[in-house]
Amino acid sequence: MSEQPPPVLECRSVRKVFRGTAVLDGLNLTVAEHDVVVLIGASGSGKSTLLRCINLLETVDDGDILLDGEEITDPRINADKVRQRIGIVFQAFNLFPHLSVLDNITLAPRRVHKRSKAEAEEQAYAWLDRVGLRSHAREYPDRLSGGQQQRVAIVRALVNNPRLLLLDEVTSALDPQLVGEVLATIRDLREAGTTMIIATHEMSFARRVADRVCFLDGGSIVEEGPPEQVLGDPQLPRTRAFLQQVTSLRDGSPGGTAVPGA
Amino acid sequence: MSEVVGHSPSGRQLERMAYRRRQTIRSVVVAAVSTLCVGLLLGLAIVNAPGWDRVQARFFDPQVAWRYLPAILKGLWLNVRLLVFCALGALALGLAIALVRTLRPSVFFPLRVLATSYTYVFRGAPLIIVLYLFVFGVPGLRLQGTPSVLVLGGIALVITYGAYLAEVFRAGIESVHPSQRAAARSLGLTYGQTMRYVVLPQAVRRVAPPILNDLVALQKDVGLISLAGPIDAIRAAQIASIETFDYTPYVVAGVLFVLLAIPLVAVTDAVTVRAARRQSAEGAW
Repeated sequence: MSEQPPPVLECRSVRKVFRGTAVLDGLNLTVAEHDVVVLIGASGSGKSTLLRCINLLETVDDGDILLDGEEITDPRINADKVRQRIGIVFQAFNLFPHLSVLDNITLAPRRVHKRSKAEAEEQAYAWLDRVGLRSHAREYPDRLSGGQQQRVAIVRALVNNPRLLLLDEVTSALDPQLVGEVLATIRDLREAGTTMIIATHEMSFARRVADRVCFLDGGSIVEEGPPEQVLGDPQLPRTRAFLQQVTSLRDGSPGGTAVPGA
Repeated sequence: MSEVVGHSPSGRQLERMAYRRRQTIRSVVVAAVSTLCVGLLLGLAIVNAPGWDRVQARFFDPQVAWRYLPAILKGLWLNVRLLVFCALGALALGLAIALVRTLRPSVFFPLRVLATSYTYVFRGAPLIIVLYLFVFGVPGLRLQGTPSVLVLGGIALVITYGAYLAEVFRAGIESVHPSQRAAARSLGLTYGQTMRYVVLPQAVRRVAPPILNDLVALQKDVGLISLAGPIDAIRAAQIASIETFDYTPYVVAGVLFVLLAIPLVAVTDAVTVRAARRQSAEGAW
């Protein structure tokens, strides 16, 4: 085991407290290269907090997070350098409204990675081609639909070639008919071998895209395994209760079941 | 969205459009007539006032206006130059103070206290008193290389307006949603880069109208420098009015100040509208 390269990400007993409540409490998670890990759990179960801790947008209150074997929770580490190696896509897209699509995408390559404008734009166009948005390069985010904005946000994160991509409920703010196009983009990334951690409420999507599903409850991962096991035959009563709740809520609504073109 | 071209509106819709058009014409006519009436009445009241002839001779004497226009214009040129330097100085100072006040890490606590006290003191202190302290107090120290009264007065203006502008900039910076910073930092941008490329462009655009408001106020207060001696438009008008026992030069200076403000206001309005239209589909941003 010790001969192998370290996993892309390792969380050891991570703890995060907000106003006296432990949102994360002794959470352990290991993500190997090319793994696609899907986090499920009720709202407030700590999925988003975990992603924000991994990206150092929050500081942990205990435990370690290691990226490629390097402890990134060490306060002496350069957080900006760590974030350059991790991409994150937010539920609300968080595109920069004053910049065009192209400038949103090329901002970090040009200012952080010091690429030339021409090189950065060439790269951006290549990515926009992949997600079918080349013709929107000069437009401003407000002119795009939610699904288009979210695909731009994914490209903006990926253009820096991160080791790890974090997706935080990226379809929750989208109309049901726009969810499909974003999920299709994520499936393409999986095919390309992108290492991802995905927090989602889309169980059908989790089933399709995950190598491993982790159920968060009470601030830690209480059940994890291949999707067919965790989602199809959950061992713990609380996992079963959660899944029942989700499916009964989603039944009959197009958002829960529809993964068009899947 | 349905076809726009080739659609012929229904009879009901035509009727609605005709009604709205009639209503618009009616309200425009009512507004124009009532404004005209009020204006006319006001004008008549002033012109028929018992003292109008003397007021006209003292305040609106075309010959006096024409004679002293060159001197006042020359003074105005000083105002314009002073305005440009003071505006740039106050904007730079205000922005710097706002950036310091929005720094989070506790290392910067002393700097933050300093910046906060500065905005408290100089927003509260009357400009005239600050001006006196600088133009009369500082030379009184008899230090080597004390700058001219003009420069000292300019510094007083910059310091006072810097405090106002700092608060406007700070409001703008804080109005940018934290998720924007999170997005920028998550891409690996440093704090400074996040400010420079993400927060400030949005903040400045949002507060452009109030900033402009303060600059127009600054433009007027630049005239206060005349208290210290330099001959600006107001000082030139004052000299002229002493020579002629006539207030017309003041009116001339006043009109020139208004004319000076118009392009400033118009340009910024245009810039704001254009930015909003370019960014937002609804034009609401």
